[in-house]
Formats: sequence, structure tokens, C-alpha cells
Amino acid sequence: MSTESENIEELVNRRYAHGFVTDIASEGLPPGLNEDVVRAISALKEEPEFMLEWRLRAYRQWLEMVEPEWAHVHYPRIDYNSISYYSAPKSDKDRPKSLDEVDPKLLETYDKLGIPLHERARLAGVAVDAVFDSVSVATTFKKKLSEAGVIFCSFSEAVKNHPELVRKYLGTVVPQRDNFFAALNSAVFSDGSFVYIPKGVRCPMELSTYFRINAANTGQFERTLIVADEGSHVSYLEGCTAPMRDENQLHAAVVELVALKDAEIKYSTVQNWYPGDENGVGGIYNFVTKRGDCRGANSKISWTQVETGSAITWKYPSCILRGNNSVGEFYSVAVANNYQQADTGTKMIHIGRNTRSTIVSKGISAGHAQNAYRGLVRVMPQAQGARNHTQCDSLLIGKECGAHTFPYMEIKNPSARIEHEATTSKISADQLFYCRQRGISEEDAVNMIVNGFCKEVFNELPMEFAVEAQALLNVSLEGAVG
Amino acid sequence: MLDIKDLQARIGETEILRGLTLNVKAGEVHAIMGPNGSGKSTLAQVVAGHEDYEVTGGSVQFKGKDLLELAPEERAREGIFLGFQYPVEIPGVNNAYLLKAAVNAKRQHQGLDEIDAFEFLKLAREKMALLEMDPKFLNRGVNEGFSGGEKKRNEILQMAMLEPDLAILDETDSGLDIDALKAVANGVNALRSPDRAIILVTHYQRLLDYIEPDFVHVLSAGRIIRSGDKSLALELEKKGYEWVREAANA
Repeated sequence: MSTESENIEELVNRRYAHGFVTDIASEGLPPGLNEDVVRAISALKEEPEFMLEWRLRAYRQWLEMVEPEWAHVHYPRIDYNSISYYSAPKSDKDRPKSLDEVDPKLLETYDKLGIPLHERARLAGVAVDAVFDSVSVATTFKKKLSEAGVIFCSFSEAVKNHPELVRKYLGTVVPQRDNFFAALNSAVFSDGSFVYIPKGVRCPMELSTYFRINAANTGQFERTLIVADEGSHVSYLEGCTAPMRDENQLHAAVVELVALKDAEIKYSTVQNWYPGDENGVGGIYNFVTKRGDCRGANSKISWTQVETGSAITWKYPSCILRGNNSVGEFYSVAVANNYQQADTGTKMIHIGRNTRSTIVSKGISAGHAQNAYRGLVRVMPQAQGARNHTQCDSLLIGKECGAHTFPYMEIKNPSARIEHEATTSKISADQLFYCRQRGISEEDAVNMIVNGFCKEVFNELPMEFAVEAQALLNVSLEGAVG
Repeated sequence: MLDIKDLQARIGETEILRGLTLNVKAGEVHAIMGPNGSGKSTLAQVVAGHEDYEVTGGSVQFKGKDLLELAPEERAREGIFLGFQYPVEIPGVNNAYLLKAAVNAKRQHQGLDEIDAFEFLKLAREKMALLEMDPKFLNRGVNEGFSGGEKKRNEILQMAMLEPDLAILDETDSGLDIDALKAVANGVNALRSPDRAIILVTHYQRLLDYIEPDFVHVLSAGRIIRSGDKSLALELEKKGYEWVREAANA
């Protein structure tokens, strides 16, 4: 071990002679993936030894794994050696100097989404000191959080300042070799968020990546870890409704949630990565592993997601219901328009007694898009009295799109009560004519019907997010009819 | 107000309206009667702008505008209301929400501000009382799980809220019990005014006992073959449609 690591160290030092790291910091890594790259990333982040070891273990496991093909999605083979695994933060020089230099199409979308003027600059990556208020707002928030004892910081900061917590929980929900993309992420993740809520604390505000300074450029391999200690409570918002562009096509994030006894985590996502153009060119591949572990009794984890972006979405936010009486929830709206593909759903693994789970999935397909719900409900032999209710609805707009449902159930305890309901409906010409005869334009009618369809899920979102999500859905389905 | 001249329309290859002429003035109530397949509902759909029907000839003027040039929603905003024979269900869309969107679409078209939520609720409750509807209806999905009678009342509620210049009620009486029929008739009668026209499309004379028409027209094979006052409806009830058809052919 020691000779090997010395050798490797030597290698690293030889290849990346001093000064090189700074170059990387400003220029990014050249494309390619090997152990040196993993070491370089860890070195750039000035990580302690245990993190480097952890990454290397993941990398070696990844090498032995095969890219999965079971999802109902199609894309050209990814060449993992053509990707740069560390891209430098953009310098102000390269950024647009003002909104005038930003793609007008993007601005138009901001307008439709009702994004306040002062936020547009930040979202479009404008290099103004006008990244203004959010800094001071964030400072106030930070103060309030630290008074409550809540830790909310970037993953890199957590590795530096709270290594014991990171070490204790990292990879305990999504093991390194869980799947191909999780292994890749474990090896090369760039940054992400870390949250720790101490015992008995109710987090005094909704935590949002929006308020995490340095949130920009967490890159394509994001890592999030949220730990809710006994009796604590936290609501976390990820993403934003503004369209996010990124030169990196592959996104493979990992999110781990740990809820200890009597704790509750509510995790809401609005995902609006670039979906590619109307012809299906470009767009992000969003291959994400999200999992929550209800580790203690009476704990609860609730996922709510609104997925409208990305060329391909492939994710299954899941709950492991280990603690007795623990509760898992999954509420999802997935929209696929044009040539988008979505294969999303959840896994509810019932291990503890009297565990309960609820799944509400709303899939909307338009254009040539394919939308699949894939869900697993597994009741282990010891999970006496487990209950699940699954409701899975699909809405089709137009004739070229598709909706698919793949429910899996593995029930190994006879006391389990499992319910599954599924519907597929179309926005009918009659419905549209009815609305139009009442003076409502076709587009508004579609929006109205779609929003009605999604209401159950929107109700689960924090108020402000819900309003934005609605606007977002309308924009995503623009031109879907007619 | 509505001036239909020699209107011809078809659906697919089937010709349904074959030269229909009808003039409706403000303040008038017209009843269109006729056997199944005579084109009554087609007339209603064509005036409302349903795109499945192709107009192959003739003209329709509404308040001096060429109606056939306008999209369905524009016709609605101009003041045409169609009470559907089979109102469609829109699950998940709140009844109040649709109603408010419709009212505001029209108000916007007229250059008025949006109605505020308070005012809207007050107005809706008033109209619902008139139609003997439970206010809870506002919070249900549009026609979702409504009985036949509830759907028809809901149509009349929408009409009452939208205050159209021209209301076309397509078989509004079908499937109604007598209490519902009276409630619906009350709603329609409350809306009668010198600036408003109403066209009742119906199969039976029964509705006309409660809503008295100024004119009755008999439609057969896509054309109006006889017009008269309300006594024509009574005569029809007695003698049947065959009688008019024979008389027209004679």
C-alpha cells in the first residue's frame, strides 16, 4: 500500500509539477480519465488523504463496470476519455459584460418565466459586481443558520471543515459501486452541497442552492449529502426554473440523504437543463443517482421533482425505509417535449415495520418525446405491515409521443398492502374546443389542462417554487399543440 | 346580429348544411327544431367555429363582422356562447379557474381589467343561486363526475357569467328532469334582454313551454324548410316532422 501510494505520488509529482495545479485551476484539465486525473482533482481541492483514497477506490471499481443499457433511452455511446473532468471557473473576461451580450432567446425565456430583472444577470452569467444582493442576502442567511447550528456549505468546504461528518456518511446511502454513473461521480465529483441539521433542530428556512455562495460551476459531477440528525427537520430546494445551459453534455450527480430517528427531509427539485433544440440536437444527459435513507425510526423522506429539461433524464430518487414506521414519498412531474427522453421514477425499499410509501408520478409527453415511469416497490420479509400507494398518470399531447410505465413489485411479506393505479389520457380536441369556445386560447387551454393534471404534485412544492414550476411547464410545452 | 346566408358545410365527405339562411336580431329568441341528422348541432358547431366542419359556401356575419374569418376563441370573445350538448370533462382543472379564465379572456378583449377574485366569487355565487347550484361546484374539476343535469346547469352558469350577445344552446334540455329543466329555463330567461339573442336548438317542444321563443324554424336536410311563431312548435308536436316535410315538398 505505502509503496504503491508513494509510487503514485511520485507519478503525480512528476506529471503535475508544481505550478501545474494553478494552471489547471485557471485552464481546466485536458480531456481524459485515469488515476492521475482523479489525483489531480483531489489535489486541486486540497483534500485530505481519506478523500483521495475514496475517490481512487471508486475509480478502480468504475473501470470494472459496464455502462447500463436497460433504460428506455437512446443516445450515442459516450467517450469518457473525451470529457474534461475539471473545467475552470469562467473568468470575468470570458463572460458577457452585460445583458446586451446575452442570447436574446434566453432573455425572452426569462421574461416568460417572470424572473426579476436583477436576477437575470446572475443567471446568464454576466460578469457584473451586480452579483449584488444575493451575496448579502446569503450572508444574513448564513448567520441565521449558524445560530441554529445548521451546517450548509459546499461539499469542498465540508471536506475541509467537517471531515468527520463527511467520512461518517459519504457513500453510506449510495455506495461507490452502486451503479456505473455513481461510481464515476464518486471518482471525479467536482463539488456540490453539504447539509447537516443537528439533533432536534428545525432548520429555520428552506435551504436552496441559490443561496450557497460559490454555487456556480459545481460542474457536471455534483455531489450532495444531507444529514438530518435525530428529531430534526429540513426542506431543501435544488435547481431553479431558469434555463441552465452548460457546455458539458453529461451530468452524473449523486445525492445522498440520511434521516436519523424522528427526522424529516423534504427535497424538492426543479430541473431545467438545456433540452436540445426542436430537432433534438444538443442537450444535457442527466443521469442522476438520488437516494434517501430513513435510517431511524419514524423518520421521513419526501422527494418532489419537476423535470422539464435535459435531452435525456434518467433518475430514480429512492427511499430506503429502514427505520420502523418510517415514511417515503415521491411526487414527480416529468415533461418531455420535442425529442426529449425521460426514464424516471422511484424505488421504495421497505425494510422496517409499518413503513409507508406514497408514489405520485405525472408524466407528460409532447412532440416526439418518450416518457417512461419506472418504479420499484420492494417489501422485505421483515417489513411487517408495510403499505404503498402508487399513482402513475400519463398525459399525451399530439400523436408522435409515447408514454411507458414499468412498475416492479417485489413483495416478500404477506401483510403488505400495495395499491397501484395508472391512467393514460390525451388532451382531446373536444377539451381544447370547449376551452376555446369559452374564449381561452389554445395555448392557455393546454397549460390549464396540464397544470390541472399536475396539481397533486405542485401542491407538494414550497409555495414560491410551485408558482415558478407552473410557469416553467407552460414554457416547456410551448408550441406543443398545433 | 347574426346573419347567415346560404350556408353550406360538411364534415369529411358528408354534406350537412345545404344552403341555410337565418337572420337573428338582438332581443330575439329563436328555436331551431328538426329531426335527428337534420343539421341542428352542425349549425351550432359551425357558428362556434369547430374545425372539424368545413364551410364550403355561404356567409355568416356577426355584428357586421365576417364570423368565418375568426378563430373559435375570437368568436367567443366577440360574444358568441355555445352551450354544448355533451359538455366535456376536464379533470383536475378547477371549475372556478376555467370560469375566471373565460371571463378574463373576454374582459381583456374588451379592454377591461381582470376581474378581482372577490368580485368574481360574489358574481358566481349569485348566478349559482339562480340556477340552484351548490357553490361547491366551483371547486370541482370541470364537469368531472357531474351528472347530466349538473353539466347542463354548469353550461348555463358559464353563459350567465360570460353574458354573451348571442347564446346558442344545443339540446340543453336533453337528459334533464323537470326540476333541472325549470332551473335551466330560469337561468336562460334571466338573460333575455333587448341586446341579446338566443338560439335554442331542441328536439322537443317541452323546453319551449319554459322559454318562449319569438320564432320557430324547422330544419330538414340542412335547410330551413319552415319558419313561424311558437304555435309552429305546438303544431309540430301534434303532427310530427313528416307533416312539415310533406308540406314543404308540396
